[in-house]
Amino acid sequence: MKRILLAQFWLLTALVSAPGQAGVIIQHWIAPSGARVYFVASRHLPMLDVQVDFAAGSVYNPAGEAGVASLTVGLLDASARIGGTLLDEEQIAARLVDTGARLSGSADHDRAGLRLRTLTSKPERDAALELMRAVLSTPGFAEEVLAREKARSISAIQEAATRPDSIAAKRFEEAIYPSHPYGVTASEESIARITRDDLLTFWRGHYGARRAVVAIIGDVSRAEAEAIAQQITEALPQSPAEEPAPVVTLPQRETIRLPHPATQSHIHIGMPALKRTDADYFPLLVGNYTLGGGGFVSRLMQEVREKRGYAYSVHSYFAPRKLEGPFEIGLQTKREQAGEAIKLVETLLADFLKKGPTEAELKAAKQNLIDGQALRLDSNSKILGYLSLIGFYGLPLSYIEDFPRRIEAVTAKQVREAFARHVRPENLVTVIVAGD
Amino acid sequence: MLRTSLLGLLCLMSASFSSALHANPYEKTLANGLRVIVKEDHRAPTVVHMVWYRAGAMDEVDGASGVAHVLEHMMFKGTRTLGPGEFSRRVAALGGNENAFTGHDYTAYFQQVPKRALPEMMALEADRMANLKLDAKEFAQEIKVVMEERRLRTDDNPQALLHEKMNAVAFQAHPYRRPVVGWMNDLENMTYLDARDWYRRWYAPNNATLVVVGDVDHAALFRLAGKTYGRVKRQVLPERRPPVEPQQLGIKRLSVKGPARLPYLAMAWKVPKLKDVDRDREPYALEMLAAVLDGHEASRLTKHLVRGQKIAQSVDAGYDATLRGEAQFVLDGQPAEGRTVADLEAALRAEIKRIQDEGISPEELARIKTLTIAGQIYKRDSMMAQAMEIGSAEINGIGWRNIDRILDRIRAVSAEEVQAVARKYFSDDTLTVAVLDPQPLPAAAPRPAAAGLRH
Repeated sequence: MKRILLAQFWLLTALVSAPGQAGVIIQHWIAPSGARVYFVASRHLPMLDVQVDFAAGSVYNPAGEAGVASLTVGLLDASARIGGTLLDEEQIAARLVDTGARLSGSADHDRAGLRLRTLTSKPERDAALELMRAVLSTPGFAEEVLAREKARSISAIQEAATRPDSIAAKRFEEAIYPSHPYGVTASEESIARITRDDLLTFWRGHYGARRAVVAIIGDVSRAEAEAIAQQITEALPQSPAEEPAPVVTLPQRETIRLPHPATQSHIHIGMPALKRTDADYFPLLVGNYTLGGGGFVSRLMQEVREKRGYAYSVHSYFAPRKLEGPFEIGLQTKREQAGEAIKLVETLLADFLKKGPTEAELKAAKQNLIDGQALRLDSNSKILGYLSLIGFYGLPLSYIEDFPRRIEAVTAKQVREAFARHVRPENLVTVIVAGD
Repeated sequence: MLRTSLLGLLCLMSASFSSALHANPYEKTLANGLRVIVKEDHRAPTVVHMVWYRAGAMDEVDGASGVAHVLEHMMFKGTRTLGPGEFSRRVAALGGNENAFTGHDYTAYFQQVPKRALPEMMALEADRMANLKLDAKEFAQEIKVVMEERRLRTDDNPQALLHEKMNAVAFQAHPYRRPVVGWMNDLENMTYLDARDWYRRWYAPNNATLVVVGDVDHAALFRLAGKTYGRVKRQVLPERRPPVEPQQLGIKRLSVKGPARLPYLAMAWKVPKLKDVDRDREPYALEMLAAVLDGHEASRLTKHLVRGQKIAQSVDAGYDATLRGEAQFVLDGQPAEGRTVADLEAALRAEIKRIQDEGISPEELARIKTLTIAGQIYKRDSMMAQAMEIGSAEINGIGWRNIDRILDRIRAVSAEEVQAVARKYFSDDTLTVAVLDPQPLPAAAPRPAAAGLRH
């Protein structure tokens, strides 16, 4: 039993990501393959982390085939070739485990990719990187594996459709992106339609080196990192460069209620709000700390939880994406009091939009974001996340170094104006699952 | 081949890190009984600061379940000199993160802070070890938050509900039968006096362990601990009566209804836990068995039941050898579409039987050994993970000095030992089986027919 859900903590710190202290020296180059590479040498531990991301997230799903992006990354290790040998999923899994390495895949709205952690002793490192290269460059998407994984995906979708939290999250995405791929989630029907050819086509079209960002941190030299980046990207398919995604249109204000027998109402309030490269990123980050991002000290937490005991978890965040990612306030509360809780949240938001943070709140927010920077960079795993973020969204190499200065420069007026531009009452959508 | 080179690597590491590792972590017990363990890690200018109390839900009594966790919440409500919520404001102002967690075996509090904030963290944490202010008004608000937490984590989560009810069936006398968050009725009837009694009984330096990992000098840290925590008075702790579960004499089965689409199955056998790091053998063999079944991507359960036979949507094996209470070996999972919980139960039993009959291969053992060695290196990337490991080893009575020793002992397990524990401990006489019986949502709109069978 944690005092606050750790998952939510992660969300708050990860989505509105605030980096750490200067002193992380990022080296950047373009590999001969065309991949963009971001590297930090870290010689403390005999290990290496490599993350490869592609512009291959769910926003690129072909029309009617939601689920292709995540199935593609999920099935990269369903079969692959090393030298002339075709390896099936069991052989790939066994080889990987025998090196002591960990390989995982992920897909969000914008990007999809693989993350490898390996020891740097030569036999293990070489074998692990060879496997990473093979699954990225020669995936076979074996038919029988695809059939099984489609069935599992459909089961998972059906199961999620019984859970109040999943129902609310899905309906919220659909409602704030009524006519954009960001709002389309995989369905039983869309998964059922997907074929092996769809995965191959998607992989060929989206897993090219020119769409790739390689992040590397660990106990290797620059020369070794260059060789590694080239090795894992040189045999990727020839994909077209990134195409612009369709423009996000804003939803009309509405309230959506969905029935569920749960004891708590699950509530989301929000709208599309922020691109990762928007100049208002910093004022919104600082402002949101006061509104609902700053753990136990935010206004939402103080008023909704600490003063009234309405909820265990309440938060607000911006989740910037390549295009306008969501601003969202979320909470769960006993269903009988959902109406009062929503009224309170709306009042708090309206008040914040009108007046912004006080000078004391602004100072506290900056203090936490600036002084907490070291904590966001105190492991290879965390730094890898920043390398990947900086690379994928084209943020300046000095992003981490500039961060304190950018935060310090934010004024209360900038926060008010930025919120007014990005969070508009006439576009706010409210989704209530299991309300009375 | 791989194994050899890995072991070579480990030797190399021990050599190159020997100066740092020789005495690290450092340990000291203050005059008031507080144990202090410091692990220096100078990679980044940050620190994890944790205090663990050897008091968790297993120390509660019937009618007051959940009080350990409620007190954890109340610890943020102020002291004689600090207002409610002020603790969190101070941590935030110093750039830190903080939280706390309660289990059956412990309650723990932590902050992750820039290293210059450490002295203030120690002063604050020492303050609330002795000077907590508990009043009816703050309690009345916070107990509502805890009830919302229970609704969120348990009441509206069918699998969590199943595990709560399953523990209540598997254990008749042992306190693990009570949920950590507490029964709702107990929460509704709890008063601030329950929390105050709990605090007075258990929150003492001689019932706590301080763990600090990060960019600190251990000698300076010990001095600081003396100036802060050292001022808190030792107190007489209540006598602990070791709880023992009466022997189970036959299989127990239960069924739980809840809104869900897929059924879910959990099977728990009562098995031994680790008591003597040097003499015990079976707990290590059980750890190895769990890893062979579900320790990695190529392990048996997922390979055979999810991928090969397609009987399971998901499947897990779990065993924790180091705890204060009694240990269980748990297998659980969801049947794949078109398969039943009976199919899954039979398949899980067949996996155990196979090991009982045929044992495990040397390759399987070697794989776990490789992963264990790699894991020891990977874990050092996270200060939080290292602090958690030290704290829980201390609370469970194992001691941080034995952490790597236990891993060495697991690596030394033989295939025969794994087969032997599989034969000895998986009889129906100590087994509890719980099944989630999925109920359709009453008000849900009709759904289009899906691929696959319905049931």
